[in-house]
Amino acid sequence: MRAKYVMSEVFLGLWRNISMTVAMIITMAVSLTMLGAALLLYNQVDVIEEYYQTNLEVVIYLDRDVSEEMTTQIDSELKSHPLVEQVQFESQDQAWERFQETFEESPDLVASVDAEVLPPAFRIKMKDIDDAEELIGEFADREGVYQATNQKEILQQVFDILGGAQRLTLIIALVQGVAALMLVANTIQVAAYSRRREVAIMKLVGAPNWFVQAPFVMEAVFAGVIGALFAFGTLVAAKIFVIDGQFQNLFSLMPPVEWNSVLLLLPILAAIAAVISAVTAWITLRFNIRV
Amino acid sequence: MPRYATHVLEPLERAGPQAARLRLVIQLEGVTKHYPRSNRPSVEDINVYIDKGEFVFFIGPTGAGKSTIIKLLLREEVPDKGKIRVAEKDVAKLRRWKVPAYRRTIGCVFQDFRLLPNRTAAENVAFALEVIGKPRSVARRVVPEVLELVGLGGKEHRYPHELSGGEQQRVAVARAFVNRPLMLLADEPTGNLDPDTSIEIMRLLDRISRTGTTIVMVTHDSNIVNQMRRRVIEIENGQIVRDQARGVYG
Repeated sequence: MRAKYVMSEVFLGLWRNISMTVAMIITMAVSLTMLGAALLLYNQVDVIEEYYQTNLEVVIYLDRDVSEEMTTQIDSELKSHPLVEQVQFESQDQAWERFQETFEESPDLVASVDAEVLPPAFRIKMKDIDDAEELIGEFADREGVYQATNQKEILQQVFDILGGAQRLTLIIALVQGVAALMLVANTIQVAAYSRRREVAIMKLVGAPNWFVQAPFVMEAVFAGVIGALFAFGTLVAAKIFVIDGQFQNLFSLMPPVEWNSVLLLLPILAAIAAVISAVTAWITLRFNIRV
Repeated sequence: MPRYATHVLEPLERAGPQAARLRLVIQLEGVTKHYPRSNRPSVEDINVYIDKGEFVFFIGPTGAGKSTIIKLLLREEVPDKGKIRVAEKDVAKLRRWKVPAYRRTIGCVFQDFRLLPNRTAAENVAFALEVIGKPRSVARRVVPEVLELVGLGGKEHRYPHELSGGEQQRVAVARAFVNRPLMLLADEPTGNLDPDTSIEIMRLLDRISRTGTTIVMVTHDSNIVNQMRRRVIEIENGQIVRDQARGVYG
């Protein structure tokens, strides 16, 4: 019975103040979307790092006119090197095949590149990719070596971009979050004012404090959870239309954003929204409804 | 300041200690309350003992501190000094979360009725039961009874704006009394009513007092005080200047 009363008061309160409710839900949704995106990016950096940690290679490109002798010598040196796990030689022909494969969808690019341009290379799998610099230092200036590269360095740029995007989304989430919480506080104040008669009588006749506060806290929690649902919907849409849709090619270079990690956001965002809204509402009430 | 203390008999002297403890409902001892940003205390060193079933008027000019006493008894305010005991409970030391349970032992009526405009008379009374967790079946049984008691039988489904001032105040009294409180506090309950209606409300309060409910009423209405001939406590500048068993307005 009392639960029914609380619920009807909650919806009445949200409806009475509908414009504020909508504003509160929208800002909450934007903030939580950004927070969700930040969490996904954070997770993605981890996934990428793990993925490449085992696949990252040091590539030593040889001069195009390197002698067979030199190639064999470097090969055997690499194979007996303590930091090296595995060595694979890639001839100019093999490199050309790979190039064609990689850029299968851009025939213009393939056509414009001469098979001769691609250097032969050693693709080296390290025991620990973090030792790459040491190996590169040893071989970079060798005769017959054109260039030694560490894929991790290239990847670092990707990480920097992801990190930057993550910081940006977190900042937006924070700013929007502050706005959302101020709207929650404001909504609660308006609701407390419009229900001041009921509240005064409830306190007078000795309704328990939790009962007096429940409709207000529930209002905030309700708005927060609805905001979280919208945020989740936005993220799912982003996964379907952006990550798997429009930018599929871009994302095919790195491990995919898993559905699991997207779905996991629903309970996380809903819980965060509910708890923060409830606490904000409760603090607001402490200042507005004194016993 | 002259003192006509004809009644200040401490209850302990009237009966044995055991009986006194059972009868004593309200006990104010050396109660002082200052409000911030006011250089004069609102009440100062108030000593009052009120027995179960007593009917007490607090009278005095505006700003004398009468309403402060109501606020202190309701525990909307806490005294700076002194002791307030209601039915053996130290009101000033009540924990915040225990205040609601304490307030359930008090009924309250005000000059402005304080009814919910969007609820009928019966719903207004039932509200007081609902919000303290009484089942609806209790409300269904008790609400018509108490509305009958206050003389509103047949008007249960009227909204406050469909009732006269006196009838609205009856609804408020019904709401205050529906939980069978230990005491009923009335802050100028006849302040908005004409003399005849005021008398009717006083008859109602008198009837309630006869059920053993202690009634503390703050008023300006000299007519009523003179007609009722009940205990009168006069306050001036925050101090008791008179406490008389069957007093008049003065």
